[in-house]
Amino acid sequence: MLKLEKRPTPSVFWGRATPVLAVALTMVAGSLMFAALGKNPFEAIRTIFWDPLFGEFAWYLRGQLLVKAGPLILIAVGLSLGFRAGIWNIGAEGQYIMGAICGAAVGLAAYPTESRLIFPVMVLAGAFGGWVWAMIPAILKTRFNTNEILVSLMLVYVAETVLAMASTGFLRNPDGAGFPGSRNFSSYPAAANPELLAGTGLHWGGVAALGAVVAAYVLLQRHILGFQIKLAGQAPRAARFAGVSPNRLVVMCLGIAGALAGLAGMFEVTGPAGQISIDFNSNYGFTAIIVAFLGRLNPVGILFAGLLMALTYIGGEMASTNLGLPSAAIQAFQGMLLFFLLACDLLTNFRIVPARKEVR
Amino acid sequence: MTAAETGAGDLLRIEGVTKAYPGVVANSDVSFAIAQGEVHALLGENGAGKSTLVKMIYGLVKPDAGRMIWRGAPFAPSQPSAARSSGIAMVFQHFSLFEALNVAENVALGMETPPPMRELAARIRAVSEEYGLPLDPSRMVGDLSAGERQRVEIIRCLLQSPKLLIMDEPTSVLTPQEVEILFQTLRQLRSEGTSILYISHKLEEIRTLCDRATVLRRGKVVGACIPRDSTAREMAEMMVGTTLTPPERRATEKGEVALGVSDLSVASPIPFGTSLKAISFTVARGEVLGIAGVAGNGQDELLLALNGELRVAPDRVRIHGKSVGDLGPTDRRRAGLVSAPEERLGHAAAPNMTLTENALLSGAVRQGLTARGFIDWRGTEAFAEKIIESFDVRTPGTHVAARALSGGNLQKFVVGRELLQSPEVIVINQPTWGVDAAAAAAIRQAILDCAAGGAAVVVISQDLDELLEIADSFAALNEGRLTKPRPVQGLTIDEIGLMMGGAHGMEVAHHAG
Repeated sequence: MLKLEKRPTPSVFWGRATPVLAVALTMVAGSLMFAALGKNPFEAIRTIFWDPLFGEFAWYLRGQLLVKAGPLILIAVGLSLGFRAGIWNIGAEGQYIMGAICGAAVGLAAYPTESRLIFPVMVLAGAFGGWVWAMIPAILKTRFNTNEILVSLMLVYVAETVLAMASTGFLRNPDGAGFPGSRNFSSYPAAANPELLAGTGLHWGGVAALGAVVAAYVLLQRHILGFQIKLAGQAPRAARFAGVSPNRLVVMCLGIAGALAGLAGMFEVTGPAGQISIDFNSNYGFTAIIVAFLGRLNPVGILFAGLLMALTYIGGEMASTNLGLPSAAIQAFQGMLLFFLLACDLLTNFRIVPARKEVR
Repeated sequence: MTAAETGAGDLLRIEGVTKAYPGVVANSDVSFAIAQGEVHALLGENGAGKSTLVKMIYGLVKPDAGRMIWRGAPFAPSQPSAARSSGIAMVFQHFSLFEALNVAENVALGMETPPPMRELAARIRAVSEEYGLPLDPSRMVGDLSAGERQRVEIIRCLLQSPKLLIMDEPTSVLTPQEVEILFQTLRQLRSEGTSILYISHKLEEIRTLCDRATVLRRGKVVGACIPRDSTAREMAEMMVGTTLTPPERRATEKGEVALGVSDLSVASPIPFGTSLKAISFTVARGEVLGIAGVAGNGQDELLLALNGELRVAPDRVRIHGKSVGDLGPTDRRRAGLVSAPEERLGHAAAPNMTLTENALLSGAVRQGLTARGFIDWRGTEAFAEKIIESFDVRTPGTHVAARALSGGNLQKFVVGRELLQSPEVIVINQPTWGVDAAAAAAIRQAILDCAAGGAAVVVISQDLDELLEIADSFAALNEGRLTKPRPVQGLTIDEIGLMMGGAHGMEVAHHAG
């Protein structure tokens, strides 16, 4: 038999190697699943991982990569700070929606004024919308000790209802012949978030995501707040001894995550999505949770994890259209990725040794 | 020589037992024998291999080499139940009791085939009276003091009528009076022919109780002696392997009051904790106040209330006359107070963080390790290196995780981190808990040096010898109340015992019996 033995110090090697190992194991297990579904596993894996980058339609799909990775990274960086501190914000999806609604509302209120100030103000409004939505679980937790997991998650459904109200009511396009959905920002240049370099898929959201990665990296490596976040997550009592206020951390972490999710929503609605609509949200807020863990809650890791996750999305879509794989199979495949990553994580802190039977 | 070679009357003989764990040899060629009806002491510092040895006897661990002979026959228990059925019982240092169950239920849980509850309760009562250990079988364990909980464990063992009773550091949770009661019980057991293997590093106790002693150092038997004929100092030097120097005291003028606490009452934040009740004392510059008490009488809470983790009304705690009761740990550090909690891993230090990061943990404020919130990592590492050097912390470097250090080394690091911050007020809970004698002496000396330098020191400890050695004044915590501090000079052990309290009705039981 084998048994686990705790390492005296966490292994640096396995800390870096587990994501790679997890991806490899996901490919193996995914292949088995695709084979069981009667598809050619090699073709499926190639369609998911290779074709979007180097296949026939790569010229288009590569651009999609940044479009999809941008919000994932932006949201995941914010979430990772909270997760590191043991604050579980599961409601980034709702914060993303509220950021989009606030940002869009400010822009639409100014319509059709042309001013350079409009877009920056919308950015602030987007961040503010997400922040306010995240402050609800934060305040309830610090004042009444409610569970932030439940509250933030429930607020996603509230936000979805607000989104439906917005697109059929207060933000509906007056010139839209009564159809749900707001004006399209692509026809309102002062408030639009266009592709910055043609063909790359990069818009301001991608720039913000990169900025967030750098800022979070500096915060965690060099700033006392980052140290306190790590400390609170690893050893809550030591954090209190160090003078870290748990409530302040809750407010900070939820606030940052909410603001970043709100930004992501705002950039999405003004860019790739173009308008507020009932089905505007597409689970970025939830997928970002996987991205955060896949990136080991490390900003640079999240950058790569976001790109990888976007790849499986695009590739997965291709696989379901080209090969006829059910979309549930693609979701299971993405789930495997998280599963194997968490399982492999064990190797960072433990080593596997053959157990000697007589020893208890 | 000792009876180890006589052989015939031996209850248990250990011959050449060796046990290695990855990276460390816990026991190397250990041989000794326990005779019928003797109290045999197993003496050694933390990490000397005492626990591994008794775990082998109790069937928890298998030796790699060597053999054990129990009443003349080879003995290799595969699990504790095998050892128990042979007649070996053990009282662990840490109790395994369920607080929400009563005494009889707890005892029943440890038995293979428990009798009906009423019968068991009657037997518990009978045994407890016979051995002068009063215990009501129907009381909830959660309501019992540490000493009473130990009695539950002892009675659980005695119900099996063991031939060998192993006791691991039994007196660490007891008041002097309770220790005396326990010793009377153990002596009675010995007179009935039960052998006792007594593990401790408290030398005076071993001298009063034990017939023979085997001394372990780094997994090897380094000596044996008759404790009654040896001095505590001889045994200590055998145990440590070096000559000990007691800490040096420099007479200092008592300065003005540095720490003042008045009428401090606060509910415990810890589940099943002890609330503090109207605590008042002052500590002057250069003074060491020793606070004694059996564990769980409010020591943790007092530390939290002093270091700011628990906040109270502003004027309850004052540093140099300034009210700080409502300030958190960071502001209290700024005001000059440093503290070292009892629990090293998880409270005083973050287990998975490096020593550098742990140096930052409490050193950031007073050492000026941050500028506008940005961390000066180079300065922090220099501070960590200074701690390691000044306090002789044995570690490969500052990049090592705190959890990789041995308990004693981490304690030196934690205490060093606080003492090196040129503090004005120092609060330490259990400064030398689980630390070997040489390191303990170094820590005590460092505390005294700080006091000589003008710091006011509060040392909370369960080790009376330690307090009497370093404290100028003495007080005891008992169920959240603090006695009035008294000068250490002229205090007798009896007076100390009365200050500590907690031996409810035990004397009576023995006098009657």
